[in-house]
Amino acid sequence: MRRLRYFGARVLLALPVVFGIIVLNFLLIHLAPGDAASVLAGESGAATPEYMESLRSKFGLDQPFSTQFTHYVEQIGSFNLGYSFRNDAPVSELIIERLVPTALLMLSSFSTALVIGTLLGLIAATGRNTWRDAVISIMTLIAYATPVFWLGLMMVVVFAIRLEWLPTSGFETVGSDDEGWAHMLDIARHLVMPAVTLALFYLALYARVMRASVLDQTGLDYVTTARAKGQTERGIMFGHVLRNALLPVLTMAGVQAGNLIGGSVVVETVFGWPGIGTLAFNALQSRDLNLLLGIFFISACLVVVINLIVELISVFLDPRIEV
Amino acid sequence: MKVFASFFKKKFFFKKKNQKTFIRCFARNRAAVLGASILAVVLLTVILGPLLYPGSAFKLVGKPLLPPGGAFLLGTDTLGRDVAAEIVHGTRTSMLIGVSATALAVLIGALVGGFAGYYRGWTELVLMRITEFFQTIPAFVLAILVVAILQPSVGSEILAIGLVSWPGIARLVRSEFVSLGGREFVLACTGLGASDTRVIFRHLLPNCASSIIAVGSLLVASSILIESGLAFLGLGDPNVMSWGLLISAGRAVLRSAWWICTFPGIAILLTVLAINLAGDGLNEALNPRLRTA
Repeated sequence: MRRLRYFGARVLLALPVVFGIIVLNFLLIHLAPGDAASVLAGESGAATPEYMESLRSKFGLDQPFSTQFTHYVEQIGSFNLGYSFRNDAPVSELIIERLVPTALLMLSSFSTALVIGTLLGLIAATGRNTWRDAVISIMTLIAYATPVFWLGLMMVVVFAIRLEWLPTSGFETVGSDDEGWAHMLDIARHLVMPAVTLALFYLALYARVMRASVLDQTGLDYVTTARAKGQTERGIMFGHVLRNALLPVLTMAGVQAGNLIGGSVVVETVFGWPGIGTLAFNALQSRDLNLLLGIFFISACLVVVINLIVELISVFLDPRIEV
Repeated sequence: MKVFASFFKKKFFFKKKNQKTFIRCFARNRAAVLGASILAVVLLTVILGPLLYPGSAFKLVGKPLLPPGGAFLLGTDTLGRDVAAEIVHGTRTSMLIGVSATALAVLIGALVGGFAGYYRGWTELVLMRITEFFQTIPAFVLAILVVAILQPSVGSEILAIGLVSWPGIARLVRSEFVSLGGREFVLACTGLGASDTRVIFRHLLPNCASSIIAVGSLLVASSILIESGLAFLGLGDPNVMSWGLLISAGRAVLRSAWWICTFPGIAILLTVLAINLAGDGLNEALNPRLRTA
């Protein structure tokens, strides 16, 4: 019950963030050169002065700033993110239908990065100052410095063009009528390269945090106690240290959630993965501001949700947090 | 205004003797020396670039899509421009944007963090909430939006990258200010009747200069990465050559001409790696107490 109340409080604390996102979005709209009416008129292809006037009054642009803001908040509150004239569809609809591929990509990259990253960090920490540590450190440093989109392009050159092991782009083979497992396998083959590309940076990050965190933990009293009781080194590592050392990694994962979304925009663009990122890229190409703002709003909200989930897992890992 | 000027004039990093220990400490870190050397080459390229490849970066020099190793060391692109020349000219853009965006981020971060850490109370609560907010939202997506709204140009890229990179600096400066806040020298200044701005800019900020420099140097690397990402998405200044622009243009012919995308990417990788290595070294040499095992 206490846990539930604690979590409720966290949800309440997230609300100002969502409100902040709405304020930021509103300010960004007004930062654009010309007002929304001229943008909309340009997008719909007709721009007589009368039409502009009618648009202005229709969208309330002749109202004072504060009225416009309350109107905007109400609009977002009813999940109306505006209309994309380029795609001739409501923005929210466009984003929702792209949500699944993006979620698939982000989840697979995230879990790959988390599992392999913590494992590498553990290996580096247990073999501190040995060749294993050195190799992992160098790999991390290089992964840190590699531009994500370039890595993707190089993977395409090597694995798709030269070796022809994996498809270059897309979500599934166009025109294939595979069903069930064959279809899943086809999607998985398309997913490998984008997921690995996106995961690499975070893998390096988690490995680095995990290494430092394991080293921090091994100096603590409870490790000495466990050793004195006759616990094996392996037992200490997996029974005691691992769980405690994971906390900073999780916190970092929560902090980095926003960057993961930014990275997926670039990766999806490289691999033509039909998610929110490609949608954002297309919106950019056609200067579809409404759609871009909607994507920003949804992705920011997504980050807030991910942070809440991370918090929930942290409480599960370390019950002391809720006090 | 006088206070601001003196902040920049004063030698606040280290006295001569400390300088020696600093250099020794930095030189002991071999990775940092390697990074600094690569960085020196990059900076030389920025300075000597116009001499090596005079004229415009967009100059046509030969047949299009020549592979590397012939008359042109790194080959030519789709229009017959020398890829090596384009990379050399792009170095200037990347460094300019990386450094300016970082300067902007440090400015915003130092102001926000400084006021929060100095005044505490409500000011701190509000300012740090705003900082956390900017840390939560997807930075790259916000940068895309800002550049798209302001139209792509070097200026809008700097603004966008600076706008999304400052929270780290703000948190750092705030925590430094909080830990310095109760020290005797601050009390002495206040007791002597120094104004708030004087205490903040003349005494507190110089005291955390070393940590700002260490963290700021790493920000240059991340700014370069963000810039290349923006340029790759078509948000680079179309009239200024940059590495990201080059890769985004070469992407269409990836199948037949791998070199157009490959070499600029290596340039980004090496530069960012060098800055990270040198920055870590700086961090260790300037803040020995932060050194971890």
